[in-house]
Amino acid sequence: MLTLECPCCGVMADETELSPGYEAHLKRFGPGSSPEEFEAYMFARKNPKGVHFERWRHTYGCGKWFLAARCTATLEVFGTYPAQVSEPPADIIAKIQARRPGWQPDGKAPK
Amino acid sequence: MSEPVSALNGASFQGFATIREIGPLGMITLRAKGLKSLDKAIKAVTGTKVPAQRRIEIKGEHACGWMSPDEYLLLLPYAEVGAALTKIAKALAGEHHLAVDVSDARAVFRIEGDRADQVLRKLMPVDFDRLEPGELRRSRAAQVAAAIWKQDQGFTLVCFRSVAAYVMGLLTHSAQPGSEL
Amino acid sequence: MSTRLARGGRLIDRTAPVEFTFNGKRFRGYQGDTLAAGLLANDQVLVGRSFKYHRPRGIVASGPEEPNALVNLGSGARLEPNQRTTTTELFDGLECTSQNHWPSLEFDVGVVNNYAARFMPAGFYYKTFIHPRPAWKHLFEPFIRRAAGLGKAPTTGDADRYEQAYAFCDVLVIGAGVAGLKAAQAAADKGHRVILLEQQPTLGGRAPVDQAQVDGQPVEAWLSAMESDLAARDNVTIRTRTCGFGVYDHGYVLADERVADHTPGDGRPKHRLWRIRAGRIVSATGAIERPLSFAGNDIPGVMLASAVRDYVVNYAVSPGDRTVIVTNNDSAYQTALTLKAAGLDVPAILDAREAADGALPQAARAAGIRVLTGKAIARVKGTRRVTGVAICAQAGEGAVQEEIACEAVAMSGGWSPVVHLWSHCGGKLLWDETLSAFIPDPARPPLNHDGSAMVECVGAAAGDLDLTGQPVAIPPVWVMPQGAPIQLRSKMWLDYQNDVKVSDVELASREGYVSVEHTKRYTTLGMATDQGKLSNINGLAVLAETLGQEIPQVGTTTFRPPYTPVTIGALAGEARGEIFQPLRKTPMHAAHEKAGAYFEPVGLWRRPYCFPRPGETHEQAVHREVLNTRQNLGLLDASTLGKIIVKGPDAGRFLDMLYTGVMSTLPVGKCRYGLMCNEQGFLIDDGVVARIDEETWLCHTTSGGADRIHAWMEDWLQCEWWDWQVYTANVTEQYAQVAVVGPNARKLLQVLGGMEVSKEALPFMQWADGTLAGFPVRVYRISFSGELSYEIAVPASHGAAFWAACNEAGKALGAMPYGTEALHIMRAEKGFIMIGDETDGTVIPQDLGLDWAISKKKADYLGKRGQERTFLASPDRWKLVGFETLDGSVIPDGAYIIAEGVNANGQRNTQGRVTSTYYSPTLKRGIAMGLLKHGPARMGEVVEFNTAAGGTVKARVRDTVFYDKDGEKQNV
Repeated sequence: MLTLECPCCGVMADETELSPGYEAHLKRFGPGSSPEEFEAYMFARKNPKGVHFERWRHTYGCGKWFLAARCTATLEVFGTYPAQVSEPPADIIAKIQARRPGWQPDGKAPK
Repeated sequence: MSEPVSALNGASFQGFATIREIGPLGMITLRAKGLKSLDKAIKAVTGTKVPAQRRIEIKGEHACGWMSPDEYLLLLPYAEVGAALTKIAKALAGEHHLAVDVSDARAVFRIEGDRADQVLRKLMPVDFDRLEPGELRRSRAAQVAAAIWKQDQGFTLVCFRSVAAYVMGLLTHSAQPGSEL
Repeated sequence: MSTRLARGGRLIDRTAPVEFTFNGKRFRGYQGDTLAAGLLANDQVLVGRSFKYHRPRGIVASGPEEPNALVNLGSGARLEPNQRTTTTELFDGLECTSQNHWPSLEFDVGVVNNYAARFMPAGFYYKTFIHPRPAWKHLFEPFIRRAAGLGKAPTTGDADRYEQAYAFCDVLVIGAGVAGLKAAQAAADKGHRVILLEQQPTLGGRAPVDQAQVDGQPVEAWLSAMESDLAARDNVTIRTRTCGFGVYDHGYVLADERVADHTPGDGRPKHRLWRIRAGRIVSATGAIERPLSFAGNDIPGVMLASAVRDYVVNYAVSPGDRTVIVTNNDSAYQTALTLKAAGLDVPAILDAREAADGALPQAARAAGIRVLTGKAIARVKGTRRVTGVAICAQAGEGAVQEEIACEAVAMSGGWSPVVHLWSHCGGKLLWDETLSAFIPDPARPPLNHDGSAMVECVGAAAGDLDLTGQPVAIPPVWVMPQGAPIQLRSKMWLDYQNDVKVSDVELASREGYVSVEHTKRYTTLGMATDQGKLSNINGLAVLAETLGQEIPQVGTTTFRPPYTPVTIGALAGEARGEIFQPLRKTPMHAAHEKAGAYFEPVGLWRRPYCFPRPGETHEQAVHREVLNTRQNLGLLDASTLGKIIVKGPDAGRFLDMLYTGVMSTLPVGKCRYGLMCNEQGFLIDDGVVARIDEETWLCHTTSGGADRIHAWMEDWLQCEWWDWQVYTANVTEQYAQVAVVGPNARKLLQVLGGMEVSKEALPFMQWADGTLAGFPVRVYRISFSGELSYEIAVPASHGAAFWAACNEAGKALGAMPYGTEALHIMRAEKGFIMIGDETDGTVIPQDLGLDWAISKKKADYLGKRGQERTFLASPDRWKLVGFETLDGSVIPDGAYIIAEGVNANGQRNTQGRVTSTYYSPTLKRGIAMGLLKHGPARMGEVVEFNTAAGGTVKARVRDTVFYDKDGEKQNV
């Protein structure tokens, strides 16, 4: 029974006030995309034990979608942020790295 | 034409708090964000300023509540809605917005008495101790969406019209004498 | 015999006697007693029978860990099975019966299982009831079901009310013993908002029984000062009779408050389930004393040493004149001293340790009590109650050295900290060699949302068993005597409630069970309603010993909520009867009820299925409604239809993405049918879209789809195309909508009057605003039935009045209301698809011949890429066609169209299935639509549908439009 702070209205929302929206930062592939691209968009989902980015909707609240960075193993929440971004913002990455030294977002080589 | 009838036609219950279904009330959903004339439009309809995040500005029978970063709920007498929509259209002409009459889509309850908060504490996952003055809180009452705010000696609760009987059932159950928290 | 002492009893009020019955016998007790105390005070030592062997059982404990003393409490609508007598407060008029015996507690034929015990070892049921397979259903299962279970399930509805409540705090302290009280005070001192929960009616935990002093003050004085201190603080809330039973993610705790268990029928809610969100949780849940494993340790009269103290001190109940103490630690000596102080006899203390020289043992010796070290119980004498013990050396194999007559045995095998709440959310444990117990590992706590430790254990729950901080050592004594042969081991109970013995765990180990989780399930150790509070550690120690492993290597089973059983009523809370779930009602609902409508659920809505008249079956009513609508005039409450406003400079572009067709070009004032697909390309919703003005569209969705489609729109607008200027609003409930359908539809609108509705003024697929009979309306000329039809939206506050006006004015025109089934039949007669009938999440619009509603020109729409996948573009897909049975009968719902041959599993091949099938009252025959491989190319062919009865129905393939193919009716 998680609590997540909705970045759109500031409420510390109970999980029962939210709807899950699964993995965040998916890139949409429409007509013209290759079968591989479409498969990745439609079906390939990460299932990490550790840092994960998710979509949540504050359904019983302001109705807005937002994104959350959280650890699937310990349930720590590193931060929540508005949905209108295509990748995790720098301050969220910094918060994750403060608690998970050495962690890097996908596609970024470790320092 | 008939008189407008609220969902439960003014049903009430006297428990350790008083439950009253009120209305019909005029309600307008106004969706807009960062518009230069928003202050003017809201002032013209409710006479209030634009509410801050999660606040409701109340002036007599009029009020304006913050529902989301781009949504406001305007409350006004039922008969004024038509004129109000015209005022908004005029004030926000040329600016991207949506104003729509939702007076009939809602049911409104008053929960009154010294222990009114306890009725709601049984139904809503809301920290009532930390509810700030003038705060409008959207959440759920048991299984349905509801918005509440403190007003006079009690709370006003707004929910969807179709579930009015369910919400009345919830409030009645929760306000039973002897079940004070 | 066990009796009430003349003096003492700190919790009972001797001026308030109460009467209660047990198996019909009348007993007297006092207010403040638990039911267990009341039974013991009346010498009711035998209280139940065990689950498997039906052995006589008595009260063992004094709290929620009690395994034996469960009763059926109350009767009729207030019957509750499996109620623990040790936590049930006595009240006047309480009635209870013992469980798990037949015909009577004293004489139970099931006890034959006891004598056959060696033929019913661990895994007996698994091993025995396997073959022959059919016997399972007809013989074994009914037998086991009769024999299994403890209490009787109530047969009537629960007479009581339940409720739930939410609470929030900075610090939640669970357990109001000394450690919990101090933790609450300390948190309150820091200005935190504190909630303190205590499962008992009183505060203080074990201290008033076990301690003379706390912090240098007499215990009662300390306690009352603490209570007044906390009560005076407005940042502390204390809830007694409230068990915090489960810890969940992010500081979420569930607690069960027994509001009116002890005052049944007083109108208050029986239980209240608290849903608490705490910043931090302090688990001050104490420790539970462990039994010792010696032969006959389940005979009534053998009790935990701490429980014996509790009964004497709290309730002034003596377990018997002579009590033998058997222990492996100092704490049980307190029991000896307590009994002595109450004037009772302690013939001996048997201490398994070679030496016992602590303060308590010394005090016991000084009080003249005979202390025998290095000794064990070889076996307990007696059957229905203890008559004595046979003593042997702990180091030996059980050779009896002496027998002592007694009425009770008080045992202590050490203490297990209650680490349940620590463990529920993943807190890790350490094996403490000194205490021979698992304690919380503070380095590995369960985590909160911010990464901080969510739970902290204090006091005995953390392994601090002595309030004064003196070190406590408890040597491991898992079997008594240590060399006991099998004859003794098979009479040593680990799990009293599920009848699991030391020998059963050893057998499981010999049979290859090495994991504690598997052993638990095989033997059922710890799986009873007490969840192994007494048995788990002893059981896994025996397992470890048998496996030759260390206890931490074997590990514990998982601790899961709830800590104690919670009645279903509390979990359901208010959600019963009328408010079990929200029922959505249209503004006309009351009128439908009055008209005798038979309702069906559509999502959470309740819609009239039909309006049967007196003497009519539902089927007859439906057929009448169809024919009347086709011939005269039908009225449908269509208010549940989803209505979503979409507005903005980019609204047209947005709708072109959402629908498979083009909505941006729809002229103002007109309507267009549209389909929505998910990104996989599968059809998810359909409806008519109306262009309201240059920037505004109104999208109708299916009745069940309004909220889902609105959320779907918002998802795309917020998360993908957030720079598009579009606003949406779900106005479904703003309007009541009435479909006026049939040849007389226009006439009705003309009678109501107020606006022009002629064919020219309001052609098919257009809408107009106006008034009818003075009501402000928006009229859509659309049809889902094939008839001349208007759908009229009025503000919901006028819905009931407008419905009444239509019915009244329609009388002369033959108007009748019709329900959803008539609606379905009429749309099927016209070949219109229904989301959920023709679609099931795997169907694309092209399968349904709806290519005309899909734009070929658009570069993109949601689902377009998905539909381009090869398997969806295949010509071999099942496609929608109509079917007419050769004999006119109705194809069964869900029937498949069979094909030649069988598949790899030997099942008949299929080539299609029915999606909608009805008796058409209009055509007086069965009609159907369905999906058929290469369907549209097979017109006129005869195919066979299977039936549930095993036969087939032959049907001819045809087009889907059964009625008014050219649409002449709806275009008049």
